[in-house]
Amino acid sequence: MFAEAIESILSEQCTPAHVRAIERGTTPQALATAIADAGFLELMAPEDAGGGGASWRGLFDVVVLCGAYAVPLPLAQTIAARTLVAQPDQLPPGFITFAPSLARSSNGSLYAAHVPFARVSSHVIADGGTHLLVFPTADAERVPSGIHGDPMESLRWRVGSGEQLASPVASQQFAALGALLHAALLAGAMKRAFDLTMRYANERVQFGKSIGKFQAIQHQMSVMAEHVAASRIAAEAAFASGSPMPNPVACAVAKARTSEAAQLVASIAHGVHGAIGVTEEYDLQLYTRRLHAWRIAHGSESYWNRQLGRMFVDSAEATTVDFVRSLLEAPTA
Amino acid sequence: MPDLLDNLQLARLPRAAENFRREVKEFLADHLPHAPAEVRSRSWMAFDAEFSRKLAARGWVGVTLPKRYGGADLDSFSRFVLVEELLAVGAPVGAHWIADRQSGPLILKFGSDAQKDDYLPRICRGEIFFCIGMSEPNAGSDLASVGTRAVRKENGWRLKGQKIWTTNGHKCDYTIALVRTSGAPTDRQKGLSQFIVDLRLPGITIRPIVDLAGDAHFSEMFFNDVELPDDALVGSEGDGWKQVNAELAFERSGPERLYSSIVLLDRWLQFLRETGTAQDKLEHIGRFATHLATLRQMSISVTSKLAAGESPVVEAALVKDIGTEFEQMVPAVIEAALGADPSQPCPDDLVRAAGYVSQVAPSFSLRGGTREILRGMIARGLGLR
Repeated sequence: MFAEAIESILSEQCTPAHVRAIERGTTPQALATAIADAGFLELMAPEDAGGGGASWRGLFDVVVLCGAYAVPLPLAQTIAARTLVAQPDQLPPGFITFAPSLARSSNGSLYAAHVPFARVSSHVIADGGTHLLVFPTADAERVPSGIHGDPMESLRWRVGSGEQLASPVASQQFAALGALLHAALLAGAMKRAFDLTMRYANERVQFGKSIGKFQAIQHQMSVMAEHVAASRIAAEAAFASGSPMPNPVACAVAKARTSEAAQLVASIAHGVHGAIGVTEEYDLQLYTRRLHAWRIAHGSESYWNRQLGRMFVDSAEATTVDFVRSLLEAPTA
Repeated sequence: MPDLLDNLQLARLPRAAENFRREVKEFLADHLPHAPAEVRSRSWMAFDAEFSRKLAARGWVGVTLPKRYGGADLDSFSRFVLVEELLAVGAPVGAHWIADRQSGPLILKFGSDAQKDDYLPRICRGEIFFCIGMSEPNAGSDLASVGTRAVRKENGWRLKGQKIWTTNGHKCDYTIALVRTSGAPTDRQKGLSQFIVDLRLPGITIRPIVDLAGDAHFSEMFFNDVELPDDALVGSEGDGWKQVNAELAFERSGPERLYSSIVLLDRWLQFLRETGTAQDKLEHIGRFATHLATLRQMSISVTSKLAAGESPVVEAALVKDIGTEFEQMVPAVIEAALGADPSQPCPDDLVRAAGYVSQVAPSFSLRGGTREILRGMIARGLGLR
């Protein structure tokens, strides 16, 4: 139900034209206000604190939409941030993104490299080791990613910056959460890239018939469908894997699986589209550029598979199947 | 058109099925024959009547069949768990495999009361074993072009033709053969019917075919004017194609399309743990876990549709295609790893297991429908054909 309500806003105020405009530097204020005024930033805040009390599984549908609409704001992070604190009013107003890492330099300044959505965020939450820290982006020395259209930035704050966030969430859980949100963003963007490619394969005529009638294209579409389906179910399983927070191990599986698929799905989508797919005017690029950015964000499949590999080797489970069963299963109630 | 991709929703194994898992593990702890990894890797290709009868005595052959026929009346989820646990350790389940998975359910669904009373209790007791009678020399991927023919006679049928690639055909008691009962091969899916053929009848010759791994796991069978009784016909005359497709949804989606290389993977991990040499293999190992965890959820999703009485033929094709890709990736990676440093030899039994699985791995995406056929089915399901 939350998803339907959010989609009705996105379908009007987050069209490809809006996304392009915001990427070119137009302020996202109208979209941000529409979402905030409808109360969606408080989706995960407890109901007794005026929030929506949504479940993680409920949030999954919303984050998939954020991917499918290429929402150019850290909406998923801002909603999920409510689960990091006991009271939602501990968080600053506005849009909040998560830093994949935070390093302290010898002079004491704090450096967050390659922070997704930083350009359109008012604050960044980062893992300071012992505590989560929240930083205003306005106070940072900011270096844009330099990647066309990508709002990622690297940020440096002077000594003593950052407010401690009273949070019960451990480092490992915070890292997994950033990855999990991007897994669902990837799942949503992949489904949209798939839908565009299906439509194109049915419409585009060569040799007197739609190219989707050619077996070579059909088999590529089938492979794409398999990876889109695998990605969705891996991400969905992780969102449904635990409470109060999703199981970090399931988050690792979700990010690894979706990240691996992202590259393949983007590649097939462009291959089927031909030259029109790599133009600015055609919408596919809105999604495939994000597939590549989000594949890396908060750890690619290389990172998360290595973490899982270590767990697997150290596991005391009797068989591979026993270990694998433990990864995505929801904890028994 | 309903969106194929929306049909694969997250599903969970119910509590009862998970509780059942413990019983299966206890049984296997007592009864799994000790065997090296290369033997256990044969799992559902391995014909071990004695093991199948032990399972049957425990009530676990024909597990989804009703109790009145001696079945366990378990749902598809519990069958998933049973099969998963058996394959996880490479139990030799080939003897009863086909009857449990598809012949029994087919007879239950389409058979007459007399056929059910005759065959199902014997299947459940592990007394009779079935094989699949689909492929022919000129009807592989193009299954509808089968040329074996049954002609109606007084009080029965006369069967003439040939089947091939029949797993364990030379060791089984019955096959369910898809044959033409009217028209010509050009009539395609029309005019096909299914028969339960007693493989001991006069006029039947079965020859094992030795495969590249040295096993005679499959066979060819010749029907030379075999006289079949009237009640050999199962289901309705002319409905063979429809019935076969119902069978294929059971055949394609189960854990056996994910776990064919699992014993090898277990053995390799054991070696890496014992020698402390996993460090530079962690990404591969984790990737296996990531893929398998996801595939398992996809397979459970299809199982939930079977449990709901649906026939998820396209979804099953999708899971089988991507599942067998994983099954083939495992030996491909392990083979490279085993030869990564000639100065560090690996244990003989691990090398043998890798050798066997690498040799037979091409068949993972052939048996039960080739990769190309499955991708064509998925494309049709997507609305492209």
